[in-house]
Amino acid sequence: MNDNLRDAPSPENTAPAPGSVAPSSGSPVSRETSAGDSGRGLSSSSASPVSPKARGRLAGMNLGSTQVVYLALLATIVVGWILVAIDGGDLLTLETVVGVQQRSAALGIVAVGQTLAILAGSLDLSVAYLISLSSLVAAEIMAAGSVPGAVTAVIAVSVLVGLVNGVVITKLKVHAFIATLGVALIIKGVVDHLYDGPAGRVPESFQHLGYDRIGPVPVSALLWAAVAGAAWFLLTRTRYGYRVYAVGGDPDVARLSGVRTDRVVIVTHVLCSLCAGIAGLLLASRLGAGAPTVGTDGGYDLESIAAVVLGGTALAGGRGGVAGTVGGVLLLAVLDSVFNQLEVNSFFKDVVRGVVIVVAVAVYARRAGRKRP
Amino acid sequence: MKRALPIFAVLAALLVAIAVANPFFLEPAGFLAFVKRAAPLVILAAGQYFVIISGEFDLSVGSLVTVEVVVAARLIDGDEAATWPVLALVIVIGLLVGLVNGAVTTLLRVPSFITTLGMMLVLSGAVFLWTGGAPRGALSQAFRVFGRDTLWSTLILLAVGVAAVLIMRANFGRTLVATGDNERAAALSGVRVTRARILAFVISGLAAAVAGILLGGFAGVSAQVGQGLEFSAITAVVLGGVVLGGGRGSVVAAMAGALTLEALFTLLNLYGISGALEFTVQGVIIIAAVAAGAVRLPFSLTPRKGDAHVAS
Repeated sequence: MNDNLRDAPSPENTAPAPGSVAPSSGSPVSRETSAGDSGRGLSSSSASPVSPKARGRLAGMNLGSTQVVYLALLATIVVGWILVAIDGGDLLTLETVVGVQQRSAALGIVAVGQTLAILAGSLDLSVAYLISLSSLVAAEIMAAGSVPGAVTAVIAVSVLVGLVNGVVITKLKVHAFIATLGVALIIKGVVDHLYDGPAGRVPESFQHLGYDRIGPVPVSALLWAAVAGAAWFLLTRTRYGYRVYAVGGDPDVARLSGVRTDRVVIVTHVLCSLCAGIAGLLLASRLGAGAPTVGTDGGYDLESIAAVVLGGTALAGGRGGVAGTVGGVLLLAVLDSVFNQLEVNSFFKDVVRGVVIVVAVAVYARRAGRKRP
Repeated sequence: MKRALPIFAVLAALLVAIAVANPFFLEPAGFLAFVKRAAPLVILAAGQYFVIISGEFDLSVGSLVTVEVVVAARLIDGDEAATWPVLALVIVIGLLVGLVNGAVTTLLRVPSFITTLGMMLVLSGAVFLWTGGAPRGALSQAFRVFGRDTLWSTLILLAVGVAAVLIMRANFGRTLVATGDNERAAALSGVRVTRARILAFVISGLAAAVAGILLGGFAGVSAQVGQGLEFSAITAVVLGGVVLGGGRGSVVAAMAGALTLEALFTLLNLYGISGALEFTVQGVIIIAAVAAGAVRLPFSLTPRKGDAHVAS
């Protein structure tokens, strides 16, 4: 989706060499990111097997990897539907579709935040523990009676953790991997020290978030859509979004173009942590209590990174977007749903999931690699 | 060189602090007990170093350790005669997993973070699939002696350390550093980048196999034996001043980083900060240590110099 933003200045793409940087801030940045990307994107969209109609609609838009995710999603649904049908079931019932939406919502929200961090050239390994912490904070304060207070507290905690992540990475110059891993350990220690098991209680009124449906659409899926929409808007329609791509593409060039790179990374980590906090709220409402292992049991740290990369976002930063991530999360959820219907052994599921992630990313890498001179 | 110095200072300070709190630590038996406990992590860190210096990650070592222990336990099942064939098999599994990691990362151009993350899922899923959820069988006495016996584990640790230093001082080591520092420049100067990286992953897999053998003997058979080891190993390497992204840092410092981490755990235990808060302290110290190293100006350093210093 955001790709159209990077293609907007594409007519002038032929001109600037990677080193040429104008002193003004806005346009050279976007040109810089697009210059690196457009060649890849243009040829990849021409190489991908899309119908002429689709290609016409997408003409000039650099939807390469996003397209692939959704094609893969479609293929997964079709193959899964056939397999389940052979098994005597039906994949595409209202029940399973709702189930997929509900199951993917929490991971989806985390992955949207993770997309921001990865696009900015960073990554966040602390989200899983932050989710557990948020669920506990929410449930404890809700047990004391105040739902708005709980939400406020979760937001405050998330912002604080995000700030710490961002400041440690930018000001103390600690690699994001180690910084967020360290913060993860700190949170893990505190949570494990204070809690042995589920704690707090979520009132009925807040459990609507996790269980209610408006027609066929669960409220949690709407929440996910809202978060994804907000992130998409931020990335494609605001100055901040341009800067995220610029910093992720090449921090030095971004800095020379007048972007305050540290500030962008810090804000990005705050937003990423906020997403994790929201996911924590959602899981608390689903469980009816806070749980010290809800984040790690879900594997939200590595799984969210996998979903982002599955969605075609480059792990090195600067390329990709929220739309791909949504596709990546849905793909994992559909896969899960198919396995559940087929009653596949849960350990076998892990094996297949690992293979699917690696194979999918290998396919992108091949497509990207073909363009190399 | 200067980059590697802080970790040795920190390690020395920690060892002194442990000795003050527990004089038994100064006796050979007490110190060797510490070495034995640290050996698996040091070996893992040495293996991880090769991957990190070449500019990649290996997140699969933790689950690989678990796989090795669980597979060995089930195949040996208490039968002493099966020890040596199974030992050989365990090594082969380690090499093979490293080979697959390396080939997928380099030939299929999948980022190593994703390759080894996928491998982690595959390995942990596969081993539980095979054992049906809980590890079965038992290790033989001959198998366990490597991890249990202080002399054996110290010797193995020394051998691994010396081998790692020798590898880094050989041509291959320089090739690897060049690859991690600037892949393109290395390739243009005739380095076989792909082969170097694949070998780095194979070494990491081998190290994980050896660490698995030691841990199986030391800690016994469980499905959690390797849990979180990949992050500990990476942390240890980074603590040793090795730069994530490759090209800078010495293998001796990386192993010293692992010893430091282990010394830290020992000290926290001695002062009664065990249990959950240990993680919090660990997190703070990791960030502080890496920050302290990063805020310095970057020194250009070849591992060769660092190794020479330590060897002398």
